[in-house]
Amino acid sequence: MTAMPKSQVAAEHAQTGLSVELGRETPLQLDCGVSLGPFTLAYQTYGTLNEERSNAVLLCHALTGDQFVVGPHPVTGKPGWWELMVGPGKTFDTDRYFVICSNTLGGCMGTSGPKEINPTTGRPWGLDFPVITIRDMVKAQAMLLDHLGIEQLFCVSGGSMGGMQALQWVASYPERCFTAVPIACAAKHSAQNIALNEVGRQAIMADPEWREGRYQELGRNPVGGLAVARMAAHITYLSESALHRKFGRALQDRSNVTYGFDADFQVESYLRYQGQSFVERFDANSYLYITRAIDYFDLAADYDGVLANAFRGVDTRFCVISFTSDWLYPTSENRAIVRALAAAAANVSFVEVVSDKGHDAFLLDEPDMFETLRGFLSGAATKRGLSSP
Amino acid sequence: MNAGPQRQNMRQSARPDHRLIAELVEPGSRLLDIGCGDGALLELLAREKNVDGRGIEISQEGVNASVRRGLSVIQGDAETDLADYPDAAFDYVVLSQTLPAIRDPKGVLLELRRIGRSAIVSIPNFGHWRNRLHLLTRGRMPAALGSGELWYETPMIRPCTIKDFVMLCRELDIGIERRTQVDSRGRVRRFTGTGRFANLFGEQAVFLLSAERR
Repeated sequence: MTAMPKSQVAAEHAQTGLSVELGRETPLQLDCGVSLGPFTLAYQTYGTLNEERSNAVLLCHALTGDQFVVGPHPVTGKPGWWELMVGPGKTFDTDRYFVICSNTLGGCMGTSGPKEINPTTGRPWGLDFPVITIRDMVKAQAMLLDHLGIEQLFCVSGGSMGGMQALQWVASYPERCFTAVPIACAAKHSAQNIALNEVGRQAIMADPEWREGRYQELGRNPVGGLAVARMAAHITYLSESALHRKFGRALQDRSNVTYGFDADFQVESYLRYQGQSFVERFDANSYLYITRAIDYFDLAADYDGVLANAFRGVDTRFCVISFTSDWLYPTSENRAIVRALAAAAANVSFVEVVSDKGHDAFLLDEPDMFETLRGFLSGAATKRGLSSP
Repeated sequence: MNAGPQRQNMRQSARPDHRLIAELVEPGSRLLDIGCGDGALLELLAREKNVDGRGIEISQEGVNASVRRGLSVIQGDAETDLADYPDAAFDYVVLSQTLPAIRDPKGVLLELRRIGRSAIVSIPNFGHWRNRLHLLTRGRMPAALGSGELWYETPMIRPCTIKDFVMLCRELDIGIERRTQVDSRGRVRRFTGTGRFANLFGEQAVFLLSAERR
């Protein structure tokens, strides 16, 4: 994958999605101290904003997601990452809600990030792109809402890193969030989480094609390292029982092991495929920046180490959802959020969905999640005065 | 707290106790229902009393059913999770038919007083004359506390009588502002003291406890 000329990038976006230039007059003040502006935010919308501008739902994507919540995806042609959740008559009913999703700051689907052109040098940012945080991502989204003229969201939601953003949204802009639905996430990244991200980053940086992050200019791409990073991460998105159920020790197109290092086992073949297809749509430097942002996330640290302080006096209605087999952001981490909300006397619902699908369950067909969330949303919609579709 | 289908059935038949609780609650108040089951009481209170209600429920099915109704309910355990709430967080804390299922009733009652300005506790009365007669004549534990479950099946690990409960409140220095019993025909009567009559004829009792120390 070689660097795409700027004009071609712009043309692609004109066809496949919306984007806006933000921060020209008032740059985005990043946590690292850098002022970023102007910068581009690429986004998608689904449904119609009502006259009162009260039915907007901001969905925040996870580490490797993007703004294409509903497909077909412009690069892969596949369904969107929350196709099961979003659409007419679905949980986030686009006949009722106006759904917005933006490609995160530091991403690689049109929003400013290491892959895009640095306007001051005319070359790809690479590692000159400033290190960003979850709070920076949320600030950028808030600027998009200002641009769209949306004062208050009916709901902010997302899974994994998207859930962290939902928590940060309420902490940073409580009055702008009528409801928040953080799913399968944590209020901080644990040592184990950081360790797993570091393995991915080291895999990328150990690839000679990475070239100290300047691979784009040099017409290279560290696809090998990025694929390994994806393979390692993908294991953490599943569960032991799901892997066993799907693959067991089954062999790939052969009846005996080959006494070599080819993909003898189906699970190996599956992981290799996951790695290979990932590099076709994702940028290695973006992977470094976004995993770093997640590692830095520790919401309580901004509030004297007391998570409840992040939510004091907040009127937002919460629905926290976790999955029994999620070991990346386990129920205990989600429950810590619920405890903090209870301690802040906030309005919170919490369900742990029984599933053997691991962390990825939030993206999959989990009827308990859909039904619970539908009930929560429709209860809140009535309180917000949103009419039924 | 093991709100299986049995307890939910029991609660559906226990409408008089829900009604009584609803009568005790001031409109528009903040309320926490501990062991809220499928949320039937919270829904009643939201509908009829405009109550800002929250619930804790240990069973997955109960929580899902409640959240689907649009209620704010979290999955949790009364014996560990009440510690998370700040003092006087609610106008009322409700413990409806849940006390006998709790391992540490004293600890939970003290937590109720801490996090609620008032507490409402309803209990099935093990001292009902039919239970006494059953034990006296047959010499076996009565399974007549509404659920029909035998002693080794019931989640009611600490059955108590109306008098037992009143005595415990005295020991814990918890004031009782109002005490009401419901008999087998659904008739509601208030009583005083340890309720000698109520303890014989009440199938259930509902207590309004004051947050103030006696």
